[in-house]
Amino acid sequence: MAEISINGSSYQVDDDRTILSAARELGYDIPTLCHHSVISDCGACRVCLIENKKSGNLMPSCTTKVTDGMVIETENKRLRRARKTVIELLLSDHPNDCMTCEADGNCELQDLAYEFGIDKPAYGGFKEEPRFTIERDNPFIEHDPDKCILCGRCIRVDQEVQCSDAIEFVERGFAAKVGAALKKDLGDEDSSCVFCGQCVEICPTGALSYAPSLGEGREYQLKKTETTCGYCGVGCKLELKSRDNRVVEAGSIYRDNLPNPDGEACVKGRFGYEFIDHPDRLSRPLIKDKESGEFKETDWEEALDYVVDNFRRIKREHGAEAFGALCSARCSNEDNYLIQKLMRAAIGTHTIDHCARL
Amino acid sequence: MAKIASPRDLTQYQKQAKAARDKIETFITMCGGTGCEGSGCREVINEMDRKLAEKELQESISLKVTGCQGFCEKGPLMVVRPAGNFYCNIQPDDVEEIIEKTVLKGESISRLEYQDPKTEEKILKEEDIPFYQNQERVVFKNNGFISPTSIEDYFSVDGYSGLVEALFNMSQEEIIEEVINSGLRGRGGGGFPTGQKWRFTYQEDSDPKYVICNSDEGDPGAYMDRSILEGNPHLVLEGMMIGAYAIGSSQGFIYVRAEYPLAVKHINIAIEQAREWGLLGDDILGSGFNFDVEIMEGAGAFICGEETALMASIEGKRGMPRPKPPFPATSGLWGQPTNINNVETFGNVPLIIKNGADWFNSIGTENSKGSKIFSLVGKVNNTGLIEVPMGITLREIVFDVGGGIPGGKEVKAVQSGGPSGGCIPKDLLDIPVDFDRLSEVGSIMGSGGLVVMDEDTCMVDVAKFFLDFTQDESCGECPPCRIGTRRMLEILNRITSGEGKEGDIELLKRLGEDIIDTSLCGLGQTAPNPVISTIQYFKDEYEAHIYDKACPAGVCQDLIYYNIIEEECRACDRCRRVCPVEAIEGEPGGDPYILYDDICIRCGNCIEECPFSAIEIIPGQKE
Repeated sequence: MAEISINGSSYQVDDDRTILSAARELGYDIPTLCHHSVISDCGACRVCLIENKKSGNLMPSCTTKVTDGMVIETENKRLRRARKTVIELLLSDHPNDCMTCEADGNCELQDLAYEFGIDKPAYGGFKEEPRFTIERDNPFIEHDPDKCILCGRCIRVDQEVQCSDAIEFVERGFAAKVGAALKKDLGDEDSSCVFCGQCVEICPTGALSYAPSLGEGREYQLKKTETTCGYCGVGCKLELKSRDNRVVEAGSIYRDNLPNPDGEACVKGRFGYEFIDHPDRLSRPLIKDKESGEFKETDWEEALDYVVDNFRRIKREHGAEAFGALCSARCSNEDNYLIQKLMRAAIGTHTIDHCARL
Repeated sequence: MAKIASPRDLTQYQKQAKAARDKIETFITMCGGTGCEGSGCREVINEMDRKLAEKELQESISLKVTGCQGFCEKGPLMVVRPAGNFYCNIQPDDVEEIIEKTVLKGESISRLEYQDPKTEEKILKEEDIPFYQNQERVVFKNNGFISPTSIEDYFSVDGYSGLVEALFNMSQEEIIEEVINSGLRGRGGGGFPTGQKWRFTYQEDSDPKYVICNSDEGDPGAYMDRSILEGNPHLVLEGMMIGAYAIGSSQGFIYVRAEYPLAVKHINIAIEQAREWGLLGDDILGSGFNFDVEIMEGAGAFICGEETALMASIEGKRGMPRPKPPFPATSGLWGQPTNINNVETFGNVPLIIKNGADWFNSIGTENSKGSKIFSLVGKVNNTGLIEVPMGITLREIVFDVGGGIPGGKEVKAVQSGGPSGGCIPKDLLDIPVDFDRLSEVGSIMGSGGLVVMDEDTCMVDVAKFFLDFTQDESCGECPPCRIGTRRMLEILNRITSGEGKEGDIELLKRLGEDIIDTSLCGLGQTAPNPVISTIQYFKDEYEAHIYDKACPAGVCQDLIYYNIIEEECRACDRCRRVCPVEAIEGEPGGDPYILYDDICIRCGNCIEECPFSAIEIIPGQKE
């Protein structure tokens, strides 16, 4: 345990903690930009600075561990000026286009600008002319480096959680930006991006967006439904976002004890939701008309009766061994258990198989 | 070759090397440092080799190509020993005469001797030249004396005796104690007490530990570390070995810029030799201590001189710094305790161990001990590398060692500490040069760059120059450095192009202070220094740029104009002929010429060409 003083009050805290986590738990609000719970901290954004009263230095609270006897302040005039300058500098290199930005209402930079009351940043105002081009050569992720604040969250989630190593900082200084291998697009053949979308999820601004969701609604306009992904047996939790009863985005949920606690997803779970609202999707059972050869819609009652009648007939005429069942990895364990039980106990066959054999 | 198995063996080899050297009647040392290479020393060396062979003198006369001797201004340099004739600016054509007269007959060649610009006296010997006389060459002592590619040469100057002392006569704690007592502070810029750093790493209970030699010297115009590695690589290796033994490490890295090919070559040769002789590897000198060194070549990013960025680079990551704490001593390379020191720091270590802390202590000021190598450049007569005792005044450096300002001009300021240092005005030239005094006056020791500026230097332009460098070299990680230095540069550009406005000075100051306060690493934390220190000492120049739209030093092209002095102009037509934009009009032999300011691009051609000094620079904008 370490005894530390925060803003004049003393506390006992575990000595393996960062100042940020200890202070936040104790109810002190410290703004952050490059910090996120599922990735490591790098201390780059300089917004979470606190003042070490003993050394007189400003230190990033996200990377500095508490030590016994530490005396810090999380809020004072000097810190407010320092944080404000950092945010103003970021805004001086950021377009003032919140009106039409995809991330409006879901932007940490916007929140900080509001909190610090910066209507016109010093040092030249907002960015007037773009310095970069928008990268959209793939169907899934759009990257606008002009809105990027280089917090590196996308890079760290890519490298530490997804382990794709698809993106990194390229160039240096004022020209630095986030980029894929060989300065090509994420979808290029040299790219190791798997389009898990975690970079988009973790981006604090509008620099990264889902291409299929562009223009489909702001965060606060979307209805959110927690669901289990149906694509495979892992059972990832996803947050489907819909508008006018149509799914427009699959977001991440960050929660312990999930199969995907750090918001992981695969390309199918993240982007393969179009089928939900596809006109060809079967939503009612069909029975083939023997004479015309066409499928006709029916209700479940009739469809199940039809199946039962024919199961009985086939078993009578050809025996139980004429049956075989193939079930799906997209069903739950319970579903799969029931189908084998049905085959073995009700029909009497062991010919059962499953597609999860990759 | 047999490996050196014990201290006694080493003593034997040292004796043999000395005897072999003393046997040679005459040996010529020729500077082969990069500065002299640039002045053509290779051709002189080749010519010397050829002539010695032609005259069948190779047996009795030895030509030794050494590392940098420091006096780069006068290169190529040569010393004929043991007589000690010091020759400068040697050309291949001089070689025949040197051999015939000096080497064979002992006569001096006056033409090649150094001439003191003040007294105009010829000076025969190296040690009598003011440039050397006022130095305290400790780390550089053997640079001009031994061949950097010969381990025997290093043995001949008692090389590796410090290692023996450390391995066999001292405990790890005693070595650390000795370095602490010596008062040695890091020479790379930070000035942190070296022994303390060693102690922190020593105290960490973790294995493995690493030792890194930071040779990523990046300050423009500075080449102290380069010259040590080029001229005396074994000294650095020996320092690293002592450090490694003290902290309990068996693996070292030297991170050196790939743009230093000669340094890379020489340190590679030294490592190979040390391995062959058993000075690197397992059970060094039978002591049970194991140590080896690997070279990492940096790709040239300035930021990789910052220790955490350097370690990221060794790990194969993008060279970007991380916040401290944790310090490398606790969590460094691959998360292991790591001791990282600069080349010059390691170069001091064997000397401290050999001669004792008290000897080292006797040089310098209260809190800055020993000597410091500076790269003395700019508007000064004797540019080159100098090693001076801490506590020497800037005035002594500029006027005694440096030989004053060329062209009889006035000194205006001295910029210390590389691009992140501050400009010290002439009124403060009498301050003693040490870590604390330099930072008190708003500058830093840095790694040892000293740029002398004369009255023709525009301080706003100087600030702009250095900031342009640092903002370009920012890694881009943290906003204050990435965007802040950029914004400062934009304001400076505005000021020097005549667009400056009221409040700009205050804005620069405020932003500079915030960048210093909030940046992640040393680069951003010091980048505004040149601007802040020039505002502090030369505010009037900023004001002249902003309010009078005039550059008092006559440098900023938008804030000056050229004028032909009618009374001086003889209508010789030379200015008109060299003007690239036809801004000058006139008839040869006729009326004084006319210069059209709206066409003039202020290239300076006419001023250089005019034999009558009839063209003047006037600060301000023409009405």
